[in-house]
Amino acid sequence: MQGYIYPNEFELQWSLLIVLYPYLTGLVAGAFILASLERVFNVKEVQPTYRLALLTALAFLIVAPLPLLAHLGHPLRSYEIFMTPNRQSAMAMFGFVYAWYLMVVLLLEIWFDYRRDMVLWARQSRGLKRWLYYVLTLGSTDLSPRALKFDDSAGRWITVIGIPSAFLLHGYVGFIFGSIKANPWWSSVLMPVVFLFSAIVSGIALVLVLYVLSTMLRWRPIDMACLDKLAQFLFYALVVDFSLEALDFIHRLYEAEESIEILSLMIENRLFISLIVLQVLMGTVIPLILLAFVSPGLRRGGFLRTPPELRQLLYLVCAIMIQVGIFSIRWNVVIGGQLFSKSLRGLTVYKVELFGIEGLAMTIGLLCLPFVILWVLVKILPPWPDAVPQDEAEAAEPALVTQ
Amino acid sequence: MADTPRIEPTAEAPETGQVMNRRHFLSDVASVCAGTPLLLGAFQLGDALAQEGADGSYNASDHWYGIGIDVQKCIGCARCVVACKTENDVPSEPHFFNTWIERYAIRGDGEVEVESPNGGIDGFPPIEDPASVRRTFFVPKLCNQCENPPCVQVCPVGATFITDDGVILVDEEYCIGCRYCIQACPYGARYMHPEKHVAAKCTFCYHRLRRGLLPACVEVCPTGARIFGELTDRPTPLARFMRFNDLQVLKPNLNTKPKAFYANMDYEVS
Repeated sequence: MQGYIYPNEFELQWSLLIVLYPYLTGLVAGAFILASLERVFNVKEVQPTYRLALLTALAFLIVAPLPLLAHLGHPLRSYEIFMTPNRQSAMAMFGFVYAWYLMVVLLLEIWFDYRRDMVLWARQSRGLKRWLYYVLTLGSTDLSPRALKFDDSAGRWITVIGIPSAFLLHGYVGFIFGSIKANPWWSSVLMPVVFLFSAIVSGIALVLVLYVLSTMLRWRPIDMACLDKLAQFLFYALVVDFSLEALDFIHRLYEAEESIEILSLMIENRLFISLIVLQVLMGTVIPLILLAFVSPGLRRGGFLRTPPELRQLLYLVCAIMIQVGIFSIRWNVVIGGQLFSKSLRGLTVYKVELFGIEGLAMTIGLLCLPFVILWVLVKILPPWPDAVPQDEAEAAEPALVTQ
Repeated sequence: MADTPRIEPTAEAPETGQVMNRRHFLSDVASVCAGTPLLLGAFQLGDALAQEGADGSYNASDHWYGIGIDVQKCIGCARCVVACKTENDVPSEPHFFNTWIERYAIRGDGEVEVESPNGGIDGFPPIEDPASVRRTFFVPKLCNQCENPPCVQVCPVGATFITDDGVILVDEEYCIGCRYCIQACPYGARYMHPEKHVAAKCTFCYHRLRRGLLPACVEVCPTGARIFGELTDRPTPLARFMRFNDLQVLKPNLNTKPKAFYANMDYEVS
């Protein structure tokens, strides 16, 4: 503790779990926007990651509310957010934004995209698996060209709706912080936008890592065109994200409102590692430089010609560093916003507890959980291009259709 | 609670038209002298409220409460903090306060030192290098019961709300414990109750108000630094306080429209 803080400020209100929450929703939104690149914007190169991105988004979305729930003083009352939402409250919209995104966007899109395959898998499998796929098709087994065409256009339209929804999901999380006028570190109109672009960065980086690792584990060749394209988009998103962050920073410095002194002190004394070193240097500047040099998407062959194997490695390293950087962003926002007193006269400290419901162990567990869910999802709905079932039943199909 | 300042002025007053005898006069003078601060505070609630409180017909929409704080009168004894903790089951350990006392020390070079060790309950340590101090003063803090309360705005389930008489309350049976309101309060007036796991704050002793009694902190203040009452145009001590003092509110730029009005407060207070 340093200087004066209000007596009630000794206890930090939002802990590590609340750092996790925007991190997870950011990954959801980012992964979905990556998927939409292929679907709506016809970036064909990233097609191999399309389904993986959707499943990743789903896996992380399922886990996203858990840290919130674990953090609540009365988790059993959480349903009240749905039952009696206070329409003035930014947070009250959480349930609806979440439900909309899960039900209307992600599940529907995944269902339409996989329906054909699920029908075929149901036909080609036996026993329990057959029933599982059959249940997943919801009984809709029509594989006529007209039905498949409908699937495709429905999927496309859902993605079109999904893009603003993904923006909403994460921009909204930014708004939860940005609309708190009591807190000068949070209160910024740029907050939702910064959240959004950092989300896109983190989502692309995560899918890149997952794509590289999963392809390697499956002993398949990595599609370099896809990877280069991912890296290119990662670079663009990073440039926008960094520019916005820099704008926010410069704007604060230039306006130099009454909070500037305590915020500067906080950055120097409390956030130096997580903000300057991890977020800016490791999470942004170094990946930006690396990507700028090696990405063939920015200049044919790249400014530095690199063999694909080296590029893969560099991309992977960049993506992992970016993940650390994005987690630091969330940390700096959530924890940073509580390290200084609203009296603007002092700083407090945050000590992460190891165990306990809001501890480090719980956080790591919740961070691993999406990967477990993703593993299960991938087992049920393989997202790999080579896992698409061959339509051997095509010949038998007309008979079914005519019924 | 035994000698509460509930005032029913007509109860012991001489009947109209009766010549006041010496005993009546002396007893009146004695009670006025003994209870001046209390009476000043108590009268503002008015006959109506005392009557309402007594017969249980309290009508919240007839009232609009606020509090005045005279910084010059505060001696930093923190009786108010103790009274509040006792009256409202505020956890006794430090770092949970509905109200607390800050001591400001302004040095000659303009440097500001603020302290509130245990909310002021245990007293304040001697100021180091007193020769370099330009001014010192105490500032009582509490929920500002804002007219435009950010805490109420952000509560996702509507568990914290503003009553018809202008008091911000938390429904303990309803609060989900998300702590968003604590983040939204610019004054640090809220905390998470460690046993109930819900947001907690100053209620202006709402349970007492409804019975025609004053908030505990106002009642115990030995110097009358806290003046409680109606903000609407009625002849009350708070109205008088607001008429004859230059007033400030805390953080007016945030447009929370506080109903805690400070008199004789220095600009350093935040």
